Amino acid sequence: MSNKLNLSVSPHIHSKNSTSTIMRDVIIALLPAAVAGVVIFGLRALGVIAVCVAVAVISEYIFNYITKKEQTIGDLSAVVTGLLLALNLPANTPLWQAAIGSIFAIIVVKCLFGGIGCNIVNPAITARVFMLIAFTNLSSAAFPTLVDTVAGATPLAILKDGGLVSIESLVFGTIGGAIGETCKIALVLGGIYLLVRRVITWHIPIIYITTTFIFTFILQDFDILQSLSFTLSGGLILGAFFMATDYVTSPATKWGKVIFAVGAGLLTVVIRTWGSYPEGVSFAILLMNILNPYICSWTPRKLFGGKGK
Amino acid sequence: MKNNSSMSVFLKGILLENPVFVLVLGTCPTLAVTNSVIGAIGMGLAATAVLVCSNTVISLLRSIIPETVRIPCYIVVIAGFVTIVKMFMQAYLPSIYNLLGVYLDLITVNCIILGRAEMFAGKNTVSKSALDGLGMGIGFTIALLSMATIREILGEGTFAGMSVPFIKDYTIAFFTKAPGGLLVFGILIAVVNVITHGKAPYKKDFACEGCPNAAFCHSSGECANKEENK
Repeated sequence: MSNKLNLSVSPHIHSKNSTSTIMRDVIIALLPAAVAGVVIFGLRALGVIAVCVAVAVISEYIFNYITKKEQTIGDLSAVVTGLLLALNLPANTPLWQAAIGSIFAIIVVKCLFGGIGCNIVNPAITARVFMLIAFTNLSSAAFPTLVDTVAGATPLAILKDGGLVSIESLVFGTIGGAIGETCKIALVLGGIYLLVRRVITWHIPIIYITTTFIFTFILQDFDILQSLSFTLSGGLILGAFFMATDYVTSPATKWGKVIFAVGAGLLTVVIRTWGSYPEGVSFAILLMNILNPYICSWTPRKLFGGKGK
Repeated sequence: MKNNSSMSVFLKGILLENPVFVLVLGTCPTLAVTNSVIGAIGMGLAATAVLVCSNTVISLLRSIIPETVRIPCYIVVIAGFVTIVKMFMQAYLPSIYNLLGVYLDLITVNCIILGRAEMFAGKNTVSKSALDGLGMGIGFTIALLSMATIREILGEGTFAGMSVPFIKDYTIAFFTKAPGGLLVFGILIAVVNVITHGKAPYKKDFACEGCPNAAFCHSSGECANKEENK
């Protein structure tokens, strides 16, 4: 497979971007969140990240070797999948469980469907949902080692029970949760980097977060502080910037992206409010991934020079 | 379909026309009972017994049964044998009887049994129908057993109730649940496709006889023609 990213029919405009440069940008953008996670949750978080990334790369190498396919680990997409999965896991995840999640993401979700570009759903999200169903111990998330916190539920669970979480701790990430999802500053920093490098467009993250906020705002009887806490809790920022914007599983057109983001936002709030799980971001993105082909067929790309409708 | 020797009639049910992995019939009991090896073997043997008996009787009665009401007639014959098997298991194997619960009764509407009556027993001799029933039953049992082995070992760390060392500490509950069943089912279908590459019959080879909906289909015979025109 060529490493060049030719998306549409001629005329081709040559771009220096290739799969590996884009993936490298995504890794750079994820680094602040990863570093923040290690600082907040301790070295155990680093172990989870290392295991996820290493296992993802190794399983892709072995799969390609056994099926005699061209090696694709050089495009760094397996590193991104492993890193994203690790950032979605609590720091106290047993390492063997992290490894199985990584293998599931690469082998079952990605390679069995034909490798990079052919997977119908985002590998990291699907593996996260798989692990949520597979290992019941994961629902009790890790707590920061940096600050003393009273052992208890994740912010979303607290909020669901009507409690309050300070916005400050939500922004700096000194709260319970997955490794990469708690420090919002690092995530937004990475998101801005991706926007500046034009790896992603603003449509999906901004509309996704805004939809979630507005819907929560209505459901929370227009309490702005409470709905802001809901929006900043859980994996919403991480999911909106890094997972919902996956090229393969999100629409390519502007209006497609809008539909995708609004749908994901509504589903997130619906699952958070009425579902049995406290967090709904991964399920919402997964469901919208599955609807992606339909969204693409509703919002066809206008051909260059072609006639309008 | 072309080669009709007794041996091939018997053998085709095991791999080439495996009712679960190639014909994709009987999916409901397949997913429901395969989270334990004992349940899978019980289900497979019960279905095999019903399949052999019903195939034999339906084949015996094939010239008497009127074409238009054949499905109700088949169901009556099958339900009769299911009741016998169920009572037998309740008397002699109460633990398996309790484990399988409602799925024993549901063998009546198992599409493998109805499918074989429709596709094979209704138009073949008694001995061949019995052999076909036996082959299909064994194929069904092997399929259930292979799925249940994977699901029980990975999901609970046990095999037929005996704990497996090492894996016991690393169980993945996902596999005992419905999504795990579908995942294992899909992967095994893919594996069987690779093994039988190019040899297994395609859908059009069965034409309408192989379709569970054939009896109720308004456009019977048309889809086979469409395939040929392509």
